[in-house]
Amino acid sequence: MNLTLRVWRQQGPQDKGRMVSYQVTDVSPDMSFLEMLDMLNERLTLEGEEPVAFDHDCREGICGACSMVINGTPHGPQKLTTTCQLHMRTFKDGDTIDIEPWRAKAFPVVKDLVVDRGAFDKIIQAGGFISAPTGAAPEAHAAPVPKVDADAAFDAATCIGCGACVAACPNGSGMLFTAAKITHLGLMPQGQPERDSRVVNMIAAHDEAGFGGCTNAGECTEVCPKGIPLTTIGRLNRDFIKASTKRP
Amino acid sequence: MAIATAPRVKTPLRTSVGLKVLMAVTGILLVLFLVAHMLGNLKIFVGAESFDHYAHWLRDIGTPLLPHTWYLWIQRGGLVIAVIAHIWSATVLAMRARAARPVRYAHRGKVQGSYAARTMRWGGVIILLFVIYHILDLTTGHLNPVADKQHPYANVVADFAPGRWYVTLFYTLAILAIGFHLRHGIYSALRTLGQQTKRGERRNRAIALGVAVVLCVGYLAVPFAVLTGLVS
Repeated sequence: MNLTLRVWRQQGPQDKGRMVSYQVTDVSPDMSFLEMLDMLNERLTLEGEEPVAFDHDCREGICGACSMVINGTPHGPQKLTTTCQLHMRTFKDGDTIDIEPWRAKAFPVVKDLVVDRGAFDKIIQAGGFISAPTGAAPEAHAAPVPKVDADAAFDAATCIGCGACVAACPNGSGMLFTAAKITHLGLMPQGQPERDSRVVNMIAAHDEAGFGGCTNAGECTEVCPKGIPLTTIGRLNRDFIKASTKRP
Repeated sequence: MAIATAPRVKTPLRTSVGLKVLMAVTGILLVLFLVAHMLGNLKIFVGAESFDHYAHWLRDIGTPLLPHTWYLWIQRGGLVIAVIAHIWSATVLAMRARAARPVRYAHRGKVQGSYAARTMRWGGVIILLFVIYHILDLTTGHLNPVADKQHPYANVVADFAPGRWYVTLFYTLAILAIGFHLRHGIYSALRTLGQQTKRGERRNRAIALGVAVVLCVGYLAVPFAVLTGLVS
């Protein structure tokens, strides 16, 4: 396959940045999207040009590092798939592919396609944890969890924090990410003592980081590689209203 | 065993979810008003006398406990507060959303969300302009060709006369804008107030669509009845 790539190139946070076109030839349909970029980078390096910087780590679809908007869709056209698991057979010979970084004030571009997703860490630090005493692990059967809740909590916990929800959201909101964490911890008995403070503190950190508010448009869940449902945001809202109407 | 847990360090006021809740509650109040207003409008099909009598009764609700027109003014005050709170929270959130994406995408993907969801903000502006026009037309009478406060039936009939087709057209477009606004707005408000199951989501979409369609049909029935001569 021969393809034309239009890639966002930005030397650093201060650089203005621009789209640059590259031709890539002899792409195998069995390559992953990132392998195709590796091939481009090898060529750029040989030609003495700066390779395209992009985030990647496990390349197994479970770490959440890869982050690029492909033809206007975070992680590309295939549903429930991270960029690293996207194969070139999804595209046609002769296609032009636009590759851009996540676009959000809370995710400033570090270089090319790499953005700083530290804002998510700030949200987690504000409440995405449980407080537990040190010492020997308690007996597992001491805290029974209904199977339905355990499954729902696990589904929410599959969020890999990639940030595609923010990239797709027309408001640049990180609500689906925050809601996934609220749901995951709020369904567990261990998450109950901090349930009220968690939601209020995490939303405050979310807003402080510069994310927009949710308008229930639903773009986030469409691009989420883990299929986190929009209903988690309803759960977050309910927890928030409950916590706000209680005396602190 | 009690363990030290993280305290709540922030106040919920003015957070994005807090503003959304305010928008949802005020929006639902306004929808309830729209339902009552529509039911009143439909009295036009009963006859001129019934319609005019209903219009005058609105000024006497609560009497003799409340003096003449007091209830109406209390309701108007409540509606104005709800509208201001609704628009204020929407404006703050829209500005935050705009600031949240300073650099736009060169290639915008196809949008999955509904047309209604995408047009909430501009749709809201159109609705506000319509409400201002509507009050000047049929409440104060400044823009009405008859402007007879004693006989609102005549005002309505004059308003939507075939010769003033542009008024009917504007009215129709505004009502459709309200329909779209409510189709996403009601669903979104219920989600904001904590609806969180898949089944509830399907039910809410049906409720939102149903209310939007019923209100649109109810409101459009009046001008089209006048236009076609059914009401004259």
